[in-house]
Amino acid sequence: MSTHRLLYEANESWRIAAAQIRAHKLRSLLTALGVIIGIVAVTLMGTAIRGMDISFENNLAMLGDDILYVQKWPWHNVEDWWNYANRPPIRPEDADSLNRVIASTPNSLLEVAVPVCARSATLKAGDAQVNGIYTFGTSGDYSRILAVDFREGRLFTGPEADAGRQVCVLGCDVADALFPGRPALDQTVLIQGQPFRVVGVLVRQGSFLGLFSFDNQVLMPLGAFKKYFGVHSTQAEVRVKVKDKTRLEEAKEELTGAMRRVRALLPGQRDNFTINEQQAFKEQLDPVKQGIALAGLFITGLALFVGAIGIMNITFVSVRERTREIGTRKALGARRKTILLQFLIESVSISLIGGVAGVLLTVSLCLGVRAALPSLPIELSPALIVIGLFVAVGTGIAAGFAPAWSASRLNPVEALRYE
Amino acid sequence: MIPPAAPSPASRVTRTPGPLVIDIEDVVKLYPMGAETIHALRGVSLKIRRNEYLAIMGPSGSGKSTLMNMLGCLDTPTTGRYEFNGRNVAAMDDDELADIRNREIGFVFQTFNLLPRSNALRNVELPLVYSGMAPEEREDRAREALEAVGLGNRMHHKPNELSGGQRQRVAIARALVNRPSIILADEPTGNLDSQTGTEIMALFNDLYERGNTIIVVTHEEDIARHARRIVRLRDGLLDRDEVQ
Repeated sequence: MSTHRLLYEANESWRIAAAQIRAHKLRSLLTALGVIIGIVAVTLMGTAIRGMDISFENNLAMLGDDILYVQKWPWHNVEDWWNYANRPPIRPEDADSLNRVIASTPNSLLEVAVPVCARSATLKAGDAQVNGIYTFGTSGDYSRILAVDFREGRLFTGPEADAGRQVCVLGCDVADALFPGRPALDQTVLIQGQPFRVVGVLVRQGSFLGLFSFDNQVLMPLGAFKKYFGVHSTQAEVRVKVKDKTRLEEAKEELTGAMRRVRALLPGQRDNFTINEQQAFKEQLDPVKQGIALAGLFITGLALFVGAIGIMNITFVSVRERTREIGTRKALGARRKTILLQFLIESVSISLIGGVAGVLLTVSLCLGVRAALPSLPIELSPALIVIGLFVAVGTGIAAGFAPAWSASRLNPVEALRYE
Repeated sequence: MIPPAAPSPASRVTRTPGPLVIDIEDVVKLYPMGAETIHALRGVSLKIRRNEYLAIMGPSGSGKSTLMNMLGCLDTPTTGRYEFNGRNVAAMDDDELADIRNREIGFVFQTFNLLPRSNALRNVELPLVYSGMAPEEREDRAREALEAVGLGNRMHHKPNELSGGQRQRVAIARALVNRPSIILADEPTGNLDSQTGTEIMALFNDLYERGNTIIVVTHEEDIARHARRIVRLRDGLLDRDEVQ
């Protein structure tokens, strides 16, 4: 009985609210504007943060989420750089030593260690020349950790690599620059003046956080790299693939132990190497994300606050304009709860209109931006839309409560007499 | 202005009063007004029975509005006893009073007080919404009430599409719809021309003869003359109580 009554009263209130808004279109729209801005702010901010997340995840995927990087320097900034500068360099041979340790460890969590050396090089083919290309020397095992596909050709094989054959794999931008409009496969390029045969071209991968491009790189067998370029101490690293990425921490511990054996470190000695993983990047990005979220929250809060003040104001005006109506309703049997509900529903209706308009605005903005700039990872999540609408409803309730409360407390005699 | 013709005594039917509906005894109502206290009612006792047609009269300041608010359960006495159908109104809280008003009292106001954006049917339905009646039943009852006041063909008109007399009929239908114990009309003809006023008073007479209990608050002698009993107030006290 009582729940039915509440339902009927709520129905009646929605009807009255709709009629009220129809009768005051401009006023309602202007009032909803604050909420519209607030909801656009909250959903856009959410989309931006999510876009950053997606883009970051995509970038991290390039690094491989199951790869540990054994390096001299950690990826995060260090204060005491001198402690790191004196570390011995990582040597490509450390990979072989690590592979031996891995092979001798029963149930090892590590799969394979691959050496990677890098330097910048100039490439020529005919008249075409490209400078400052990141050139990597690695082993045939690179295919076991390489997370990318080939546009043409293949990676050099283990025997090719071990034999120090002069073959190479080009990033797609390099291939396109040197061999515009024709296949690069089986062509010869001069890398720092040395002839290399192209055995493969990688598919386009994009850049990592805009820092460096994976499409601007060249891979060659480690033997050839060492022969012609030597091994630059700071540029060498060992990449280790783990078997089970859900047990990354354990694998990291195992690798630390293995590397300490390779380095023959005594128990009291500190590690003189660093094991990096993509997680480190994530941790570095978190404060940035939090900062953006905080700024967004502040802007959103401000906009919603202004919107809420507007709704509160208009609801007070509405209560005042309709004091006689409130008195009549009370005379006809409306209880306090009924009147409270009625004005809350009115304020929520206005803010919900603002919320829906705001969400629609955000959706069209996102679609527009995505159409104009397809490379941006913009994706409006349904959860965010729901959150936006909930925020709108919450704003309506918060803004409408004081006027609705005052309406519910009106003395029927005075309300009926109100001019 | 043509004074409304008083109905000839021959056409007057006076029904036998039934059980006690309203029983107020020694009711006092004080209003604080700044530093002063207004004595709106100084001790009024009144009994109203079912099937009565009563007029409450008095000059302004006599306390008739206060008494009406009291009878309509819009207000409670400062001291004194008020029983409505045997229930102690003086001790009720806001929501209990709302419930009594909803079920037991049908209000008719001088200014009609219809909801401007709702049609006649919706206006008449409103008390039933507050009593928790299901929509279909509600509509049937509202139609019935509108037909009873002769507005069966105006159900979907909004107040601004109706004449003053029609608006007051909608308000009367709204007062009737919950089948209340009393109908309480406050200057029901105050905003109407005399012709329409006469029609409205004829409708009240009709409703009375069909078994409703009617209380009209007025300052017009001509209007009061329609009632079967006239209660006159002066300075917050009952002055005269006469059956016609």
